[in-house]
Amino acid sequence: MHSDIVISQSDSRPMYLQIMEQVKQRVAVGEWAPGDEIPSIRQLAMALRVSVITIKRAYLELEREGVIVTQHGKGSIVAPNPELSPRLYDEEFSEHVEKVARLGELLGLTSEEIAWRTKEAAKRLNEGRVSEAGMAKEIV
Amino acid sequence: MNELAVQFEGVGKRYKHFSLENVDLELPTGSIMGFIGANGAGKSTTIRILMGLVHQDEGSVRVLGHSMPAEQAEAKLDIGFVSEDMRLYGAATLKWHMEFMRPIYPRWDQKYAEELARRFDLKPQQKIKGLSHGQRVKAALLLALARRPRLLVLDEPTTGLDPVARVEVLSELMAALADEERTILFSSHNTLDVEQISDQITFIDRGRIIDSDDKEAFLDRWRRLRLVLPPDVAVPRLPGVVEVGGSGRLPVLTTDRFEPAMVSVCNELGAAVQAVDTMTLEEIFVANVHSRREQLTA
Repeated sequence: MHSDIVISQSDSRPMYLQIMEQVKQRVAVGEWAPGDEIPSIRQLAMALRVSVITIKRAYLELEREGVIVTQHGKGSIVAPNPELSPRLYDEEFSEHVEKVARLGELLGLTSEEIAWRTKEAAKRLNEGRVSEAGMAKEIV
Repeated sequence: MNELAVQFEGVGKRYKHFSLENVDLELPTGSIMGFIGANGAGKSTTIRILMGLVHQDEGSVRVLGHSMPAEQAEAKLDIGFVSEDMRLYGAATLKWHMEFMRPIYPRWDQKYAEELARRFDLKPQQKIKGLSHGQRVKAALLLALARRPRLLVLDEPTTGLDPVARVEVLSELMAALADEERTILFSSHNTLDVEQISDQITFIDRGRIIDSDDKEAFLDRWRRLRLVLPPDVAVPRLPGVVEVGGSGRLPVLTTDRFEPAMVSVCNELGAAVQAVDTMTLEEIFVANVHSRREQLTA
């Protein structure tokens, strides 16, 4: 079976979280449509060379979040109305914000300075996107 | 159908300079167990007892429903065993070995054997003595896998393999598990391999099992907490702390019983939690071994 889920060993997050995130992305972009059958736990374990128990954990959490539905003895499908709440990202975002605040304190920045630099970073990201879009247009 | 492929109860074996003591081990059918220990920790002795090659002084061993070592002949038909010191005949070819095994094992799968030879990039006509270490390991694994055994026992299968061969070997182990009735036990000191493909993990040190659990539980309950203590605040007493490192004001606590609630407990006690780090299996193993050894000498 072909599977383009990629597990990164330099990603410090647990493997089951990486798998969950990538399944959600596949559902979000529509590669895996609602009602579609998804690989069985064993199939995915073999394809990724990752233990069955790790995939089982990822599927359980995905089911709990309402992304997939597991029918006993029949395998799993993408939920008819998959719940793609950004809870996972939200948690990760909070973690990073905590880190930013801590590093800012280490550098002796005021909270205003930390906020300003975060804003600048968001601005740069937006500008980058605009210029990329511009470039794409020129090429076309 | 027995739910446990392997079951050790209170197994002991004493040698002059080493003893294996009170080993309990349970391996559910259909799963992979990674068996981790330093050199000389007792991995190979445990595996030899499992195979009936060494007889335990006490305790019971059941493998695929057979009592060992009494029923080892029956059990061995269904066990594929690969170890470092396993000898293939140097003067013979891989093909000769395949033909030698074929009539002995009723479930020998010739098509699968040939397919494995292709995937492992082995030439059946080549003599064993001309093979590299990695090729020999793959040849031995091929001979074990093609018998379609219900239990695969591998003593250090990935030791000394180059990265490409390691991935090939791990892939085939996972592929073998497509059959839910098949079970694998492999020993290793490469924690990365174990962390990736194991369902169950067992640590052994100085002849004793020091921890055994399913992998997700293992990785979930070990955490390192980095704290910042105000001058007058003591290090909080938390459950399961096996190690306190860092410095006086910046202690680092390692616990094997982490609960998210610990963070708020620390904060309430005035100790700011700077970070909660997950740990790799290697870090967990080392911390585990150190704390057990300290307990023994204390």
